[in-house]
Amino acid sequence: MTSLINLPAHLKRDDLTDLLKQMWQIRFFEEKVDEFFAKGMIHGTTHLAVGQEASAVGSIAVLEERDKITSTHRGHGHCIAKGAEVNRMMAELFGRTTGYCKGKGGSMHIADVEKGNLGANGIVGGGFAIAAGAALTSQMKNEGYVVLCFFGDGASNEGSFHEALNLASIWKLPVVFVCENNQYGMSGPAKEMMNIEDVAARAESYGIPGKVVDGNDVFDVMNGVSEAVDRARTGQGPSIVEAKTYRWKGHSKSDAKKYRTREEEQKWRAKDPIARLRDALIQEGLLTEEGATEIKAAAKKEIEDSVEFSKQSPMPTIDDLMEDIYA
Amino acid sequence: MRELTYLEAVREAMSQEMRQNEDVFILGEDIGVYGGAFGVTRGMIEEFGPERIRNTPISEAAISGTAVGAALTGMRPILELQFSDFMTIAMDNMVNQAAKIRYMYGGKGKVPMVLRTPAGSGTGAAAQHSQSLEAWMAHVPGLKVVQPSTAYDAKGLLKAAIDEDNPVIFYEHKLCYKTKSDVPEELYSIPLGQADIKRQGSDVTIVATAIMVHKSLEAALELEKEGISVEVIDPRTLVPLDTDTIIESVKKTSRLVVVHEAVKRGGFGGEIASVIAESEAFDYLDAPIKRLGGKAVPIPYNPELEKSAIPSVEDIVAAVKETLNHR
Ligand SMILES: Cc1ncc(C[n+]2csc(CCOP(=O)(O)OP(=O)(O)O)c2C)c(N)n1
Repeated sequence: MTSLINLPAHLKRDDLTDLLKQMWQIRFFEEKVDEFFAKGMIHGTTHLAVGQEASAVGSIAVLEERDKITSTHRGHGHCIAKGAEVNRMMAELFGRTTGYCKGKGGSMHIADVEKGNLGANGIVGGGFAIAAGAALTSQMKNEGYVVLCFFGDGASNEGSFHEALNLASIWKLPVVFVCENNQYGMSGPAKEMMNIEDVAARAESYGIPGKVVDGNDVFDVMNGVSEAVDRARTGQGPSIVEAKTYRWKGHSKSDAKKYRTREEEQKWRAKDPIARLRDALIQEGLLTEEGATEIKAAAKKEIEDSVEFSKQSPMPTIDDLMEDIYA
Repeated sequence: MRELTYLEAVREAMSQEMRQNEDVFILGEDIGVYGGAFGVTRGMIEEFGPERIRNTPISEAAISGTAVGAALTGMRPILELQFSDFMTIAMDNMVNQAAKIRYMYGGKGKVPMVLRTPAGSGTGAAAQHSQSLEAWMAHVPGLKVVQPSTAYDAKGLLKAAIDEDNPVIFYEHKLCYKTKSDVPEELYSIPLGQADIKRQGSDVTIVATAIMVHKSLEAALELEKEGISVEVIDPRTLVPLDTDTIIESVKKTSRLVVVHEAVKRGGFGGEIASVIAESEAFDYLDAPIKRLGGKAVPIPYNPELEKSAIPSVEDIVAAVKETLNHR
């Protein structure tokens, strides 16, 4: 039988349970957020990426620590995969001072600039040029890092996508544009919002590679992104990697999901990226059933703990309001 | 008379107008089966079909630009911008094209379009989804700017806006959407440039916009308990501005407090204060004009901080008392 685990050359087989742990962390984090949101314990809005865990984890797994990412409004997964502390993420959603943005940003603005997470973004398409700019720094200062720019299929219809890709391609910037194509931009089916099947095909007009991967297969994502990262790191310029996936939940709160069918949802749920990774690891003898259960329980506990941490964290006071506007 | 919510009033104005004028159509993101981000267009696609309730990709520059082109050639587009913050992306078409075309072409050609968009804070959506940027638009010659505060006004003003041969920015405050008032069934028009005296009073004039009209009326009720008689004026449109009504009121009360949610610095309140300072009402003033506006801070996520970034009922009460205590 052929191996279910097909890894980029530079990655070792023994780290793979970490991927599973991260994916579970993301899943549990988001399910908690969903629950608290429904109960009114978290306010504002949140966009969950349940079902899309493999694209975040697989993409970031091939990065080095010095590499950077830009994220989107649907960014909890990117954040966790880039090494964020779930305590500080949850605290942010609770609006506490211990949160990543001291309670001022909320779900759509979590960033950890020092660790290379240049931020989620409430503006669809807001990350494209920022990613190009961060890559420009790397190029100008010869820092050797690569930038991963996450975006959705919908975002690729914004002008900023085309302008940033053009710029990145003529300057050969070390950036990889990772499209998480979850089939919809809010209620707009990708099929109706673009006249082509694949976002990756748009790469051609910028003279750069564009590749489609199975976004629910963490290894396929890793291979596609790894190749693009190598290109970027060796001065050959940007690429698009498009991970085909699906968001299980609605776009955000109060989404009746009238734009899609139950059958379609079921079809995608059957391709759960977490179950796939877990089964592959067990089948290849890299993980036992008990081991998997332990990892899952540990991930769950971390999320439960983050809730406690958040509840016990202080609220900002009015004195904090005007702080951090200027450097 | 029957009551409608502000949201329903906006929808009714559009539906009634579309039934009688084939040139009117709506374009925007998720306005079809989803019904728009706030549900304003819910049900409209069933009646008018996808041709006239036109779902667009996430492409604010293209949406606003095509609206300009369609308007210039005989249609009367209504464009829904999902959040007024995204004006930044539509800005070039609104400011450099829509606003100037008629003038630049020596009066040949007109651009009858309405850009409807929800503005304001109070939903926890944080800094990129909560702004009040109406002063930007009011600064640009060629654009008309409308800010209804009640359902009744929303319906009549929207009718007038659609009938306008000039581009109109129509700001809907998110927190007004659920407020109710008596709304006639028939389609009626409220001329742009006609302020409404929301409450008669003799001691002090408050000029307030959007949600601040409601807060000012609340403040007026409290002040009434202390024997203070407050007149509340809602300009309803910033451009054109009904200066006469404001000047007359200040001549009567001799005191002026201006309240808006937008950041005070550079806000439209400065314009209203200047109108009085430059008018004959200046000689009637018994106290300096008082301006209340948002603090110079991006709208924070934490609900308490969010509230404290903009004027509260207590702030308005205090400002009124301050002008009254001035000798
Ligand atoms: C400039 C801009 N336009 C519209 C929105 C509202 N909005 C937020 S997310 C979203 C859908 C984005 O779709 P996509 O890029 O495919 O990402 P996904 O939500 O599917 O992850 C929309 C329309 C926004 N935040 N910013």
